[in-house]
Amino acid sequence: MAELTYRDAVAEGLAREMRRNPSVVCLGEDIGAAGGVFKTCVGLFEEFGPQRVWDTPISEQAIMGAAMGAAMTGMRPVAEIMFSDFLACCWDYLANEIPKARYMTGGQVTVPLVVRTANGGGLGFGAQHSQSVENWALAIPGLKIVAPSTPADVVGLLASAVRSDDPVVFFEHKGLFASKGEPAPPDHVVPLGQAHVARPGTDVTVVALAATVPMALAAADRLAGDGISAEVIDLRCLVPLDMTTVLGSLERTSRLLVVEENPYQGGWGATVASIVADEGFELLDAPVRRLAAENVPLPFADALEDQVIPTVDKVVAAVQRLSAY
Amino acid sequence: MTTTTAVLDADTLRGLYEQMAVIRATEKAAHDLFMKGLVKGTTHLAAGHEAVAVGASAALRADDYVFATYRGHHHAIARGATPLECLAELMQKATGLCKAKGGSMHLTKAERGMLGSYAIVGAHLPMANGAAWSALLRGSGQVAVAFFGDGATNIGAFHEALNLAAVWKLPVIFVCENNRYMEYTPIGSVTAVANPAADRAPANGMPGVIVDGNDVVTVREVMADAVARARTGEGPTVVEALTYRHFGHSRTDPAKYRPPDEVAEWLARDPLLVARQRLEALGVAAAEIDQVDASVARSVAAAAQAAQAAPPADPAQAYTDVWADGGWAWRS
Repeated sequence: MAELTYRDAVAEGLAREMRRNPSVVCLGEDIGAAGGVFKTCVGLFEEFGPQRVWDTPISEQAIMGAAMGAAMTGMRPVAEIMFSDFLACCWDYLANEIPKARYMTGGQVTVPLVVRTANGGGLGFGAQHSQSVENWALAIPGLKIVAPSTPADVVGLLASAVRSDDPVVFFEHKGLFASKGEPAPPDHVVPLGQAHVARPGTDVTVVALAATVPMALAAADRLAGDGISAEVIDLRCLVPLDMTTVLGSLERTSRLLVVEENPYQGGWGATVASIVADEGFELLDAPVRRLAAENVPLPFADALEDQVIPTVDKVVAAVQRLSAY
Repeated sequence: MTTTTAVLDADTLRGLYEQMAVIRATEKAAHDLFMKGLVKGTTHLAAGHEAVAVGASAALRADDYVFATYRGHHHAIARGATPLECLAELMQKATGLCKAKGGSMHLTKAERGMLGSYAIVGAHLPMANGAAWSALLRGSGQVAVAFFGDGATNIGAFHEALNLAAVWKLPVIFVCENNRYMEYTPIGSVTAVANPAADRAPANGMPGVIVDGNDVVTVREVMADAVARARTGEGPTVVEALTYRHFGHSRTDPAKYRPPDEVAEWLARDPLLVARQRLEALGVAAAEIDQVDASVARSVAAAAQAAQAAPPADPAQAYTDVWADGGWAWRS
């Protein structure tokens, strides 16, 4: 079977859910006839028409508010916020409105929506179009957070996200759009909150998410040549967070490296590390290490950007140090 | 300002008067309980704004949607929340409208289409668009109404909401309760146009109507027109209702920033007085209206008593209603 790109998997996953449930509607900037600026909505407007695929003005608050109001009243909207950096323009909805509506009304309202957004760096888009901001969402109880690493997972996790009665922030990594992988089987559904052991190993556990998963896998290939067996865990979701899989892996390896693209300060790896310190301290034979973006705005030039975000070389070096500890 | 020659029959108007009296008595009870230390946190009382909520609600279908602000007690009650469940919520009782998890600023009665009170200024205007969009997609014929203060007209979400509503021709009505003060500041001193909501409507391709927000009959009439426009696919309307707070902005604010002459002028146009005059003009005896007042006073006093006697919030409830499965689990 022909391989599928991550980019086409987004459109495929959306189309599957739109065929399955007429309540699923999409809205966002340039997602109609234009097919989305990242071409992740190609074919949707043609198949489902203007009543299911809605172009919006550049009004992120209006987009998020419309999605929320529609979700509260019987629809399953999927809103696109073009670059995840732009979530800051409508952060009120993700911080104050959507995750709190059910709770502060004592369970009276339900907000089944998905916010899709292109996240991450590595493409030289500069400081305002390259950030990995999944840790922003992690700071807010009440949001589910998904960040797939493969085309099949895009389809399967999107199915779970759209079908979820809870609000889901779905981070699509810009650096993975052109990547290819196995196509998703029919009716493919990946449950939220189940990490995937992308490569079994015995010496070091490498916990990764989205673009850092292929990075960790490439590093593991090189490390195997040095006789180091790295186990790579693709978290897939930050909420629900599958710590059972991480702690289970540490029972075998006793060494943990977390590879995250968001900044070290306040990054999601700190949450993983703190749980391991609380609940897995006795499993460890070495300090927990975090490889994250440096605490600087992301620079434009490739040489500068590579300097401050995780790379395969940095993963290899970090695992070697951990392994030698 | 739009005025009306419309006249309601005495029975209908008596019903609206009673609803307004219930809101007034509940707000007074909330104020008294706050002063006694039995209502914690904050309150933003809507005494003075009753005609906007009751007049607008009278123009809506039971299945229409309403979104309100942190000054929202009147909208919850106008859409069917009881004084008992509202006061119980304010007093942190397990029987509160939102299980004591929302408080004064977040009163919600979803089963009656009152989809919440939101305390980030302007945030709910785009949400009302969403409910209206949903009604359009489902072909349900419902409309959505967002009530907001004059202060909300200078925040981005207001402007984004109006534009999108017009572009998508949504069945939504934006109702500004212009009480002349953005918290403690006269709205005119921080707004570039004279009528903060209505003057912005034409720039967004929709009509803006200014109405006497203290006259329940006129509000109902103007809202009925706007609702009819929305239901027949003609799109959104801005209604700017001129009204006045009887209390300060919040908590114990004595509102000393308001000139005494202005306060006196508006108190003379109390929406309950205006409605009473209309009832008397229809031949309803003053004694009969007094009886409505007395009956409402008794029932709200009983509600306040019952709310005080209700069980306190159960700490276990802190861990419910985060997710749709009812729980709060975020990890394995």
